[in-house]
Amino acid sequence: MAENEGTTRGKMDRSTLDDDALAHTMEEEQERAQLERTWARPQGFFGWFTNTNHKDIAMRYIVTAFVFFLLAGLEAVLMRIQLARPENRFLGPDLYNQIFTMHGTTMMFLFAVPMMEGVGLYLVPLMIGTRNVAFPRMNAFGYYVYLIGGLLIYTAFLLNVGPDAGWFSYVPLSGPAYSPGKRVDIWGQMITFTEIAALVGAVEIITTVFKQRVPGMSLNRIPLFVWAQVVTAFMVIFAMPSVMLASQMLPADRLINTHFFNPAEGGDALLYQHLFWFFGHPEVYIIFIPALGFVSSIVVTFSRRQIFGYTAMVLSLIATGFIGFGLWVHHMFATPLPQLGQSFFTGASMMIAIPSGVQIFCWIATLWGGKLSVKTPLLFVLGFVAVFVLGGLTGVMVASVPLDLQVHDTYFVVAHLHYVLIGGAVFPLFGAFYYWFPKWTGRLLSERAGRWNFWLLFIGFNLTFFPMHQLGLKGMTRRIYTYLPETGWGNLNLAASIGAAIIGVSVLIFLINVAWAYRHGLVAGDNPWRADTLEWATASPPPSYNFAHPPTVAGRYALWTRTAETPVLKGLSTKRREVLVTRVMDAEPDHLYELPGPSIWPLLLALATGETFIVGIFTPWGFPIGAMLSILALFGWFWSKPKPEGGTAADSKQEKAGLLLGEAQSLPLEKGA
Amino acid sequence: MSMRAKQLAHRFTTQACLLLMSTLLAGCSGAQSVLAPAGPQAERISKIWWLFFYVSAAVLFLVLLFLLLAVHRGRVRREGSGDAPEVEEKPESAPDANLERRMTNTVTVATVITVITLIVLTIASFSIGRSLSSSMSNEDAVTIEVTGQQWWWQVRYMDADPSKIFYTANEIHVPVGQPVTLKLNSTDVIHSFWVPNLVGKKDLVPGHDATIWFQADRPGLFRGQCAEYCGLQHAHMAFWVVAESPEKYQAWVAQQRHPAQEPGADAERRGQQVFLSGPCIMCHTIQGTPAGATIGPNLTHIASRTTIAAATLPNTRGHLSGWVVDSQAIKPGNRMPPNSLNPDDLQALLDYLQSLK
Amino acid sequence: MRAVGRIKICLCAGVLMFSLAACEREKRDFRQAPPSVTVSTISQSDLHPGSSMPAIPPTENPDERNAYAVSEGKRLYDAYNCSGCHFHGGGGIGPPLMDDQWVYGGDPANIFSTIVEGRPNGMPSFRGKINDAQVWELAAFVRSMSGQVSKDVSPARDDHMYAKPSEQSTKQEQPKQSFVPKSAEMPR
Repeated sequence: MAENEGTTRGKMDRSTLDDDALAHTMEEEQERAQLERTWARPQGFFGWFTNTNHKDIAMRYIVTAFVFFLLAGLEAVLMRIQLARPENRFLGPDLYNQIFTMHGTTMMFLFAVPMMEGVGLYLVPLMIGTRNVAFPRMNAFGYYVYLIGGLLIYTAFLLNVGPDAGWFSYVPLSGPAYSPGKRVDIWGQMITFTEIAALVGAVEIITTVFKQRVPGMSLNRIPLFVWAQVVTAFMVIFAMPSVMLASQMLPADRLINTHFFNPAEGGDALLYQHLFWFFGHPEVYIIFIPALGFVSSIVVTFSRRQIFGYTAMVLSLIATGFIGFGLWVHHMFATPLPQLGQSFFTGASMMIAIPSGVQIFCWIATLWGGKLSVKTPLLFVLGFVAVFVLGGLTGVMVASVPLDLQVHDTYFVVAHLHYVLIGGAVFPLFGAFYYWFPKWTGRLLSERAGRWNFWLLFIGFNLTFFPMHQLGLKGMTRRIYTYLPETGWGNLNLAASIGAAIIGVSVLIFLINVAWAYRHGLVAGDNPWRADTLEWATASPPPSYNFAHPPTVAGRYALWTRTAETPVLKGLSTKRREVLVTRVMDAEPDHLYELPGPSIWPLLLALATGETFIVGIFTPWGFPIGAMLSILALFGWFWSKPKPEGGTAADSKQEKAGLLLGEAQSLPLEKGA
Repeated sequence: MSMRAKQLAHRFTTQACLLLMSTLLAGCSGAQSVLAPAGPQAERISKIWWLFFYVSAAVLFLVLLFLLLAVHRGRVRREGSGDAPEVEEKPESAPDANLERRMTNTVTVATVITVITLIVLTIASFSIGRSLSSSMSNEDAVTIEVTGQQWWWQVRYMDADPSKIFYTANEIHVPVGQPVTLKLNSTDVIHSFWVPNLVGKKDLVPGHDATIWFQADRPGLFRGQCAEYCGLQHAHMAFWVVAESPEKYQAWVAQQRHPAQEPGADAERRGQQVFLSGPCIMCHTIQGTPAGATIGPNLTHIASRTTIAAATLPNTRGHLSGWVVDSQAIKPGNRMPPNSLNPDDLQALLDYLQSLK
Repeated sequence: MRAVGRIKICLCAGVLMFSLAACEREKRDFRQAPPSVTVSTISQSDLHPGSSMPAIPPTENPDERNAYAVSEGKRLYDAYNCSGCHFHGGGGIGPPLMDDQWVYGGDPANIFSTIVEGRPNGMPSFRGKINDAQVWELAAFVRSMSGQVSKDVSPARDDHMYAKPSEQSTKQEQPKQSFVPKSAEMPR
């Protein structure tokens, strides 16, 4: 229903878009209808479980991750109530420990990474002009695994089996001797689930970006948003295996008597910290780099000019990705490690400020040379710069070994990490919501409510987290469920708690805004911001096939450099789910590739995976049974050959024969009317 | 803006500034503060803190200034271009070459300044870091072994003569002006030793012994707290460092080396009986009596300490009795079980404990 | 259709039971009252204890369903130096606790009274020294050593030298009544 609306709206707008000028011919209408049938999303209750459309899967990621964001926010509010006064008895230590663990775990694993990947999975195929991601069924599998992980840990939490060893779960505290019960096992398996999902998403994004770009979009014309997603995806691929190792070795220690982390038997508690932070620090950049992509998109659109220093920006992103792996020990400066090693990590931690600085300078230069229209998305970006710079500067402080020895594990670090993560990721994310909401739903969010949302968030955020710097310097350590009155931390904590309430109001305004705009918002049209990237070249919300004729690209700013002569891509089959595969560097057409359609097997494989790890907590039989079930599910997965839909088998064979690899290069790229 | 509004705005900003200043200055005092150093270690770190603080403040100011200027300029340019309120379809393709060149120069300069600043900060950090770990092997330093346990600190004063070694808990006395070497280890989970006024953190990792040193330059009481999340009562795992003149310190040491005082009064004798025949003996040591368990803190000189329960409660009779009877109400989850003693036994026990000076 | 409904109800009931089990298993009760079981503690003489145990109705120890309580029992087992005589369950000075032989009965109440009252031939009485709640925790742990406690509650391996498989991976023994070994009898 929604996409039908979108198409009609697209047609109404055609006077503004050259591409749609073609749409008035009968032939064109028929083609669209045919595409609609070929790429149809399965309907009904069971259709929900077989859908492989990247936009639907991505929207599920975004909505689910946002629900987790709200839950984690609620947990934060509970903590702030507890800490508002000294010796408060609102939460006991056991519940408080579960809640702070759930808050950190949810924010890092169930909100931030999936949210960023969700936005990427929605927009990347649109921005590079293709019809679906490279492995649509695997994409669905990733979502189900993530959902199972999230449901697992929240069910456990509600049953008083919530993890209580911190989001980092350091051994020996999280080990078998000091965390009885199943709490930490559930944490470990949940981590494994979300990491599988993250890896799947990363593979999707890398393959899609490298092989499915529309002709003309050579590497040096990829939008910065897409670059950010690619760099993030590579970081995910290198960082996640490390934490999966940790999150499997920990349950192994707890469940099957291994001794990876037991010093008495030759294990080492610090090994866990290395494994965890080798993932944990890049994780910060995995969350933050996609947000840089949002910022670049928004800055370009609202300053009405090209980005200043595109090459510098791309190189900065890549440099951040590399250096991000050389910092993990700065989380361990207080552990008994050799000093020389620590010095190296100080150097690396200082160095990462350079690419971040370059990007900030380039954005400021872009704004400087632009013609600004300060709409809500840009407002959030300006808030991002202000907050993030402060967070980055305190980041330089904690990079210094001596200074870190004083502020490590205090509220100073709590302040720092919220400045970089809320400042660096949540502010841009809200900006992104305001910016892309019209593309996702076809309607604009209210500007007025947006401004309230922004200012309350900005004020509430600073009121909550700025005093924490000072609390840290006054000696308030992290993860304490209460404190004595004579410490003198009461008033600053009260201020922080009031700030948290203001943040809560701001998020509430956002929710109301979304609920209202979804039904009654201004109709957006294809390109309400007159932006430059390809997702704005199709209807809002985009049809299931994304583009009737994906436009080719003649410059870095696709829609701004488009002229009447810019060709569009024609000749893709309308009867099969066909996409054009192009070369990595220059996006020259290479061959045609048929994507699989809806399938139930991703869900079944995800359930088998879920069985393996969840039942495995209670009995080792979970693993052999899960392996068998997974093999069965994989059989089903690979057995089901993509069916040609809408055309006969002979039909498709004939078409395939005509589109052999060599010939594909001469695909007709028709000029727009 | 009217005159009155201006005045109001002015008054508001002044007050806001004052408020900000006062909160910032409040950070410079207090029993537990990084910014009130009382020894060479914390002193050096506070120096580098102020260096980083001023540099960061300057950078933040400049970035925000340029951001606001850029926004202002951008808006002016937009209004100057005489556009309709709605944005145009496509912006001009080629930006002003002159402006681009100037911006390139500015961004390059800014980047170079960033790099230089970072190098300076890194070098400063290295040199302070080296000075912190130097002079570790001081021959005549007082050597103290600190063992973290869930959720209290065992303190052992080392000596070449084994008969002079003694134990205490949650309270570390040090002589002013003398370096102190701490040997840190943990028997259960990871803890972290931290006295903000004297020395930065060091983690107590099971299986990894660590050594740090510090020195107190002025007498005083300095609060420390466990800085690594260690379970249920991580919040209540604090301790005090008592820095006192060498004479007072020596007197304290001499007194701590003695076994516990023999009970004098009848009530004290009865209290000792309660201690030795009741649950206390299962976990605690009182030197000079048969009580020798090492699960809980050593109570040989408990009456000489200022706090109980890992610096959670002042060491008064009332608090002590509350702690003995129902410690789980004070620190839920701690290792001390509730003890149902009859009132006379309890009073006698308290008499005895308070006699252990 | 009705069958589906029934399956659904069964499934819901199963999930609910599982949930309740989880709640109980993971509860951390710091100020617990001792379980409402009155144990008729019979003072044993140090004469031969007789051929069969005094009849005690089988008792249930709620701590055996709580992972935290059993792990506390495990900690106390070392802290109160039970390991001094019984070692890590293999026995030495005292009888082994990880096998299927029970001299004074393997019921939770038997173990409770063994700890509180003491037994002839060396088991001291801890009356007044260990409070009842902790004795129940110890009793739960002692039973977990021979696999009498559910696997998801029993402790996992500890952070020491590896002495024996953890309680979690111990096979459940069938408790048998046993007699005082000759070597441990009092000289007459």
